[in-house]
Amino acid sequence: MKKTVAKFEIQYVQILNEKGEVDKKLEPKLSVKQLKEIYKWMVLERTFDNTALMLQREGRIGTFAQSLGEEATHVGATFATEKVDWVFPDYREHIAFMMKGVAIKDLLTHWGGSEDGMKLPKNTNMFSVCIPVGTQTLHGVGAAIAAKLQKKKFASLTFVGDASTSTGDFHEGLNFAGVFQAPAVVVIRNNQWAISVPRTCQHADWGGCQTRAETLAQKGIGYNINSVQVDGNDVLAVYSVVKQAIDNAKKGKGPTLVECVTYRLGPHTTADDPTRYVDSKTLKQWEKKEPLTRFKLYLKKKKIWTEQFEKQVRKEAKQLVDKGVAEFEKHKPKPTDMFDYVYEKLTPNLKAQRLEWE
Amino acid sequence: MPKLNIVESVRDALDCEMKKDKSVIVIGEDVGLNGGVFRATDGLYKKYGNKRVIDTPLAESGIVGSAIGMAIAGLKPVAEIQFDGFTYPALDQIFSHAARIRNRTRGRYTCPLVVRFPYGGGIRALEHHNESPETYFAHTPGLKVVIPSNPYDTKGLLIAAIRDPDPVIFMEPKRIYRAVKGEVPSKPYTVEIGKAKIVKEGTDLTLIAWGAMVRECMKVAESLDNVNVEVIDVRTIKPCDYETIFKSVQKTSRAIVVHEAPLTLGFGAEIAAQIQERCLLQMNAPVLRVTGYDVPFPYFKLENEYLPSEERIINAIEMVMNY
Repeated sequence: MKKTVAKFEIQYVQILNEKGEVDKKLEPKLSVKQLKEIYKWMVLERTFDNTALMLQREGRIGTFAQSLGEEATHVGATFATEKVDWVFPDYREHIAFMMKGVAIKDLLTHWGGSEDGMKLPKNTNMFSVCIPVGTQTLHGVGAAIAAKLQKKKFASLTFVGDASTSTGDFHEGLNFAGVFQAPAVVVIRNNQWAISVPRTCQHADWGGCQTRAETLAQKGIGYNINSVQVDGNDVLAVYSVVKQAIDNAKKGKGPTLVECVTYRLGPHTTADDPTRYVDSKTLKQWEKKEPLTRFKLYLKKKKIWTEQFEKQVRKEAKQLVDKGVAEFEKHKPKPTDMFDYVYEKLTPNLKAQRLEWE
Repeated sequence: MPKLNIVESVRDALDCEMKKDKSVIVIGEDVGLNGGVFRATDGLYKKYGNKRVIDTPLAESGIVGSAIGMAIAGLKPVAEIQFDGFTYPALDQIFSHAARIRNRTRGRYTCPLVVRFPYGGGIRALEHHNESPETYFAHTPGLKVVIPSNPYDTKGLLIAAIRDPDPVIFMEPKRIYRAVKGEVPSKPYTVEIGKAKIVKEGTDLTLIAWGAMVRECMKVAESLDNVNVEVIDVRTIKPCDYETIFKSVQKTSRAIVVHEAPLTLGFGAEIAAQIQERCLLQMNAPVLRVTGYDVPFPYFKLENEYLPSEERIINAIEMVMNY
């Protein structure tokens, strides 16, 4: 006997198409104030990105990972969280930090080569930058399990990249989330590239790609997790799907995996030269789909966007970033801090080494 | 006072802290209804329920990684890894995150986590069940490494580890899990992390050991009539109590470190280096090491050939005394 014992499908959600046309049935109910706020955050991330890139080129900060092209995913998902919700980033969601109340100065301090930058404010549930890809999936899921155990009403939102879905920790994290029905939302920023290795296979029978799976969202199916694919350049779709996922998590309806399909319009980091491997035609196609233009068209149609509004938003963003840069450049790390934060109290060995340094 | 063995002391310590502090939870494979493969969590599931004694999927990185998330969110997880050799899949989470969270965030976040596991050879186990990986952990800044050798210290050190604000690797000598019984107060108490103990006083030579090797050293020390041996149980190899070691060695002028882990870069190398930096002129002989060989831990038919034996320790003592 043979029979089908399980069947699955993955839904794709797009609310705002590339022309800025909205799917009325799916359009989220956001106030004018909220829509303006979303646009401001997206512009702020773009402004920060450009400034950080310039600072890196001038040697004023270290290697930097740009967020160019991914603003809808970062802003849409974070905008769906409340203050109580935890956010576990990887290293590209700069705006998530700002939206959770972290100062631009601190972000630049981090990228400028000092641990002081991640001494995050006490009143925010934002976790620090995570560089080993995929490992943070478990932290987000663990925090969500803790919420459930302590009967606290928060969910966790964890960002991972497309390459993270190849790591064991991503899968262990999803499995734990499913097993414990953790109030966790995992967002895959599928920007299509892991440095130079593409997400999609170019050869029928050989490697050189991240995975042969049709979608990354389907990786959640194996763990019986709600799994959705979203147009990651559509901020309304990202927001709606993640908001629903966070609400479900807090209502005890379990975890969700959201794949946001976007595109990395810049290099992996400032240490990378994508002209070695990115096809310029493909890049141009994706540039046309970039998220800010699309959302601007939508706001224009809704008569929210005006030249005046644009000018104001850009001016405010520039002021905020410039202020952050000025504050950051005054920062100097205290050398003895490298000894003082390894443990709560200095061990005898560290005490001696600290003394030797002094 | 009740008499407990080491594995019963582990359970007693967990029970005391779970009773006292609701944020303490136990997480691992088979720790629930089964009570752990060595029964270290026996009865806790019944007493505290499946929300505080948590059976997980079989995934060590998952256990430690999710426990890190729990610690960030305010819990105090005690993660059990079933055997020494199975800590390796979790090393990335331990090294890259648990050990660094406090430093990376300059104290904004901490990781009060205990990872406990049975370690070492001598129980005729399968491959990967006999490892002594203490050096890996001790080499990593941000971790504490605690290894008790008797029931009293096990309870006191484990309670101290659970109350410690930093991640503690707690290695339990499985070879002597049930070999010794000792008096253990039923009330909670702590044994300070970072303090060695002189378990036998002597004047001629200092034997330095931890875990199951303390017992081997004691047997040797008590069997010798012609050499008056002092034995130090290091108890915590990170932070290591060098003051106690230096004082002893300055008195005896001779030292031998004994451990199960392979010789090269075993923690004995660090202790020997520290002794020569501080006590060179008081020494009558070089510091010797009696350790496992630089080979993968053999299958059990040869494990007694690998493990430091009384005979090898006695030979080393003769070499040092006749130097």
